[in-house]
Amino acid sequence: MTHHEISAQALQLVAAVAAAPLFAGWIAMCRAWLQNRRAPGLLLPYRGIRKLFHKDAVIAETASPLFRLAPYVVFGAMVLAAAIVPSLSTRLPFASAADAIALVGLLATARVFMSLAAMDVGTAFGSLGARREMMVGFLAEPALLMVVFVASLISATTALPAITEELATQHLGLYPSLAFTAVAFTMVLLAENARIPIDNPATHLELTMIHEAMILEYSARHLALIEWAASLKLFVYACIGFSLFAPWGVATESGGPLSLLTSIPVLVAKLALAGAGLALIETVSAKLRVFRAPEFLASAFMFAVLGLLVHLLLGA
Amino acid sequence: MLTVSSPLDACLLLLSAWGLIGVAGLVRPGSVVFVARVLFPAGALIGAAIALVAAVSIGSAPERMILPVGLPDLPMHLRRDALSCVFLFLLGAASTGISIFAAGYFRRGQGTPPGLLCLQYHLFLASMGFVLLADDAYAFMVAWETMALSSYFLVTAQHGIPDIRRAGFLYLLIAHVGAIAILLSFGVMQGGSWQFTFDAMRDAELDSNWATIAFLLALFGFGAKAGLVPLHVWLPEAHPAAPSPVSALMSGVMLKTAVYGVLRVTFDLLDGAQWWWGLIPLSLGLFSAVYGAVFAAVQTDMKRLLAWSSIENIGIIFTALGLAIVFQGVGMHALAALALVALLYHCLNHAFIKSLLFLGTGAVLHATGERNLGRLGGLIQRMPWVAWLMLVGTLAMAGLPPLNGFVSEWLLLQSFLFAHEVPKSFVNMLLPMGAALVALSAALAGYVMVKFYGVVFLGQPREQALSHAHDAGFLERAGLVWLAVGCIALGLFPTHVIASLQAATLQLTGYALPASEAPWWLLFPLPERQASYSAPIFLLAVLAVVILTAAVVRFLYHGRIRRAPPWDCGFARTDARMQDSAEGFGQPIRHIFQAFFAMDRELPSPTDTAPRYSVTVRDRVWRGLYEPLGTVVQRIADSVAWLQQGRISSYLLYSFITLIALLALVL
Repeated sequence: MTHHEISAQALQLVAAVAAAPLFAGWIAMCRAWLQNRRAPGLLLPYRGIRKLFHKDAVIAETASPLFRLAPYVVFGAMVLAAAIVPSLSTRLPFASAADAIALVGLLATARVFMSLAAMDVGTAFGSLGARREMMVGFLAEPALLMVVFVASLISATTALPAITEELATQHLGLYPSLAFTAVAFTMVLLAENARIPIDNPATHLELTMIHEAMILEYSARHLALIEWAASLKLFVYACIGFSLFAPWGVATESGGPLSLLTSIPVLVAKLALAGAGLALIETVSAKLRVFRAPEFLASAFMFAVLGLLVHLLLGA
Repeated sequence: MLTVSSPLDACLLLLSAWGLIGVAGLVRPGSVVFVARVLFPAGALIGAAIALVAAVSIGSAPERMILPVGLPDLPMHLRRDALSCVFLFLLGAASTGISIFAAGYFRRGQGTPPGLLCLQYHLFLASMGFVLLADDAYAFMVAWETMALSSYFLVTAQHGIPDIRRAGFLYLLIAHVGAIAILLSFGVMQGGSWQFTFDAMRDAELDSNWATIAFLLALFGFGAKAGLVPLHVWLPEAHPAAPSPVSALMSGVMLKTAVYGVLRVTFDLLDGAQWWWGLIPLSLGLFSAVYGAVFAAVQTDMKRLLAWSSIENIGIIFTALGLAIVFQGVGMHALAALALVALLYHCLNHAFIKSLLFLGTGAVLHATGERNLGRLGGLIQRMPWVAWLMLVGTLAMAGLPPLNGFVSEWLLLQSFLFAHEVPKSFVNMLLPMGAALVALSAALAGYVMVKFYGVVFLGQPREQALSHAHDAGFLERAGLVWLAVGCIALGLFPTHVIASLQAATLQLTGYALPASEAPWWLLFPLPERQASYSAPIFLLAVLAVVILTAAVVRFLYHGRIRRAPPWDCGFARTDARMQDSAEGFGQPIRHIFQAFFAMDRELPSPTDTAPRYSVTVRDRVWRGLYEPLGTVVQRIADSVAWLQQGRISSYLLYSFITLIALLALVL
């Protein structure tokens, strides 16, 4: 573990935790522009989080300690995920603690804690949200795992930095199998981050909400942590996408110390593009009925499996 | 006089001690105090001792012994080797927790008196131990049948209830159909030498067709015991019927003896396994895994839900078995060792997790008298000990890092990553698809466990009576703690566990995983692969962030908290009945996997004044396979019924004719 690696790890972690709400703000901004609305400020998510931290927490009488613990666990899981995914550099000492499969497990841990906390208060909406979240999750998780699997087969490793390095050092182009999995991954990303067409983060329309239904009982610092973790999750997902499908520009073993500096503007550019793309998808698509969600996710799963088959058939 | 000079002697002595404890139960069969406070804790100690002996001696050379008991000229051969040590450890370690719990659990009630229960329970334990040590078909079958019978009596402890008698009969029936297949398999494997020791079977030269038949018979027989679909039907009936410690033993330990049997036959007794054999357990296992998980998600009875989850896990174990056979058959020995490590690890994990969960349901059952998920809820407030310990089991069963369930799943997925290298075209493309199904069943397990935990322990109590629920007693807690600590330890120290399991893979495949130079906290599947997982770092990192965040938030802002009634989006009138019921939580699964279920639904019409909604979900296998089979058996039985004249003289005549016929055949 060299000096360089530690600084890369620290820089990446701090950048992710600090910049995640900014990314969420950027998407909201793009959406507003696309929908002919005046955009809220880019810093709105930070203001929201700050405001929430100042408030007194109101907790339901029926809540157990699990309810108070969950936001911290979810936040902790997302921070660890941000440390593992090579967004700036592939030389991450922490990354050996968890490969791509463990990363999927980590995201699942966060989801399970969130769902359990939602059921804890014992309200109609809480359990409804938990049920729907798990329904989305049990289809999205294998799809994500298959996406990771294909990338692992191509690069003969499940360690995310190694996958990224392997894919980044090749000539510009996309494997046919990765094209399929990229579609699957985008669908998973939309579903897992409570985006249209599965969920709408901007609504409190009771019958359609998933993520919002789960966190209805939260307030103040707990809610702030959950919101922060949610933006961190979106950030992490975007970075997983970059490291699998657009790994260029990440600081690698061969890149030297300067590449870490150049990787920052590259990441910013990728995030700006991805955010705009997400906003576009969300604007042009309509929200699906909850019962159509399994179909959407099953097709994501099928796309990923198709990608696997394509890889095995073509060897590429 | 026996002198204890070797681990095998020690095992034998300890197993006999279990038997003695059982018999001691008959001294004062009605005394709960004597049986529960003296005998069961003693049994737990013996379990711990067996686990210790097995763990220490796993690396040592195999040893044999011939016990001069039994029929003339048929002494019992015993053998302790690395494979039996793995499963002896599993038996000892899991049963310790279960026995401690049972000491606090059994109370005076209807059904079997405690002393008799103690005898059956310890006979059950000892016979499982002898199954693992047996080194000839005769000793094996005697132990196997003792195991089946003693567990049958345990299942029917509450034999006053017709449903329980029915469940017991079904269990006994399938156990015996399986036992016949195992017996036939041994018959084929002796290969004409008419020697039924396992050594003779190892030496027997079977041609490949006979070997295949022996394998298929063994797979059928042991699969029936393990609960592989479609032979699983007894599991969801027998587990809910049995008292909770017995369900824990059956699901956590007894199912693993069947896994042990398949491993013993396939990798040890049968020489020259064909690679394509593996495809059969692989596909059956994958199907069982998904099928079990889907059915677990729609159950409304706690123990039935866990039984279905056992079927799922057995599916995963058989998937790993199939993969190991394929790898071994095509000469990829290191990968076979990897898949076997995943298999053995999953056996250990499941033993601890499922025992913990079943015992937890027992504690809930005692506290509330209720097994139906729809009448529970909010128990984390009333039973914090049980609830928090069960949370460990729940997260582990859901396969979440850093607990143990994740480790074996990770190892299995890692071995699937190599499946495309199998040098058989077509198959090498289908095999990696198995990973998709493993991933699906693992994700479904998460769904199931959130439902289980959320409905039972979280939320508001759904019934008035639940406010009187009390936490488990000291011994019950101690048993749960033992198993929960086991789950955590197996999760955090995988490299140590795998180092011990290596002895067994070395014995079965001739290969062990290549030695790794990584530090103990880093787990690699195979060193040349760049994949690693570190549970301790994982846990420490998340804990550090959690503590740091909590401290920073507290320091920078404040820690003020107000309690208020639940908000629930402003709905004024909410009550506990508005939470998701077990049926409600399973609804998406019922919707998505409609094709799997045979459903009877009763929907209210819009004009009903007293609307009633009900749905029962049943297993298609019953209607598709067992009911036609039952009809056929009934018809055959009817057609030979004329033989039964009800007169002793005619039966003697039949015996006489049979004897003459046999003599004519032999002479």
